Amino acid sequence: MQLIINGKPRSFDAASFTVAVLVQQLELVGKRLAIERNGEIVPRSQFEVTSLADGDKLEIVGAVGGG
Amino acid sequence: MSDLLKIADKTYHSRLLVGTGKYKDFAETRAAIDASGAEIITVAIRRTNIGQTAGEPSLLDFLPPEEFTYLPNTAGCYSADDAVRTLRLARELLDGHKLVKLEVLGDPHTLYPNMIETLAAAKTLVKDGFDVMVYCSDDPIIAKQLEEIGCVAVMPLASLIGSGMGILNPWNLQIIIDNAKVPVLVDAGVGTASDAAIAMELGCQGILMNTAIAAAGNPILMAGAMKKAVEAGREAYLAGRMPKKLYSASPSSPTTGLIS
Repeated sequence: MQLIINGKPRSFDAASFTVAVLVQQLELVGKRLAIERNGEIVPRSQFEVTSLADGDKLEIVGAVGGG
Repeated sequence: MSDLLKIADKTYHSRLLVGTGKYKDFAETRAAIDASGAEIITVAIRRTNIGQTAGEPSLLDFLPPEEFTYLPNTAGCYSADDAVRTLRLARELLDGHKLVKLEVLGDPHTLYPNMIETLAAAKTLVKDGFDVMVYCSDDPIIAKQLEEIGCVAVMPLASLIGSGMGILNPWNLQIIIDNAKVPVLVDAGVGTASDAAIAMELGCQGILMNTAIAAAGNPILMAGAMKKAVEAGREAYLAGRMPKKLYSASPSSPTTGLIS
């Protein structure tokens, strides 16, 4: 499947997997982040049970320096 | 003397709030924030760099959320929708954290706030349970409306973001302070320590700044200067200044006992 992650398309071999698996694949385990899928926030408690589908748009954000 | 800043039922010793942007590196950010004595620090919410960050330190490693009160902002947002979306992500990121800084910009050249979008976003966020500290123009009517919507602090600009131009309209700030029932903090425009002192002498409850410290020749030294200026300005405000007179007919030294 193909996902749009932070504005860029990325292809994956599997037809579907959960948000938790995506976080592993992107080497983001243990990082403090928040994820939005198709405009809706996916709470961290739902990462294991939220399945992604071809064409999903994801925003993955963190805190950075700012004023 | 116990003189605490109270925002949304939480109290703070420091009346200086600082941003975490524009520093050379995270170590300098941390050292400047320590020197400033700030307890509330602003952060921005941005897309995570994917594939490049494994093992790299992050801002949060240097400024643990357990040690500071984080104030996530909406810097770079030009619509109410984007600002609300950003702060909902921030709340998720920071485990349900409610205290936020709302700013909706109107123009990339001046970074002047768009108050129509800001008012709309403030309404949505207050309804959604956020404690909103709101960046605004120095219009006393808008400031009052933001308070009436339920914002926990009103933060007018002293001059444009990052300009360092200082307190350009103390008279408007004075009207906003006199009319407010929530804390008024100056956000944006402070350039050096005397600007911070002037804002505090007007009766501001606190000051939020970033560039004045980060872009100083020596940010850590300037952070300490700002801490002292905010404290000095606050104490001068509480003490009550002497009335201004063009000249005085009462010298400080005795008028009798002069040699002849």
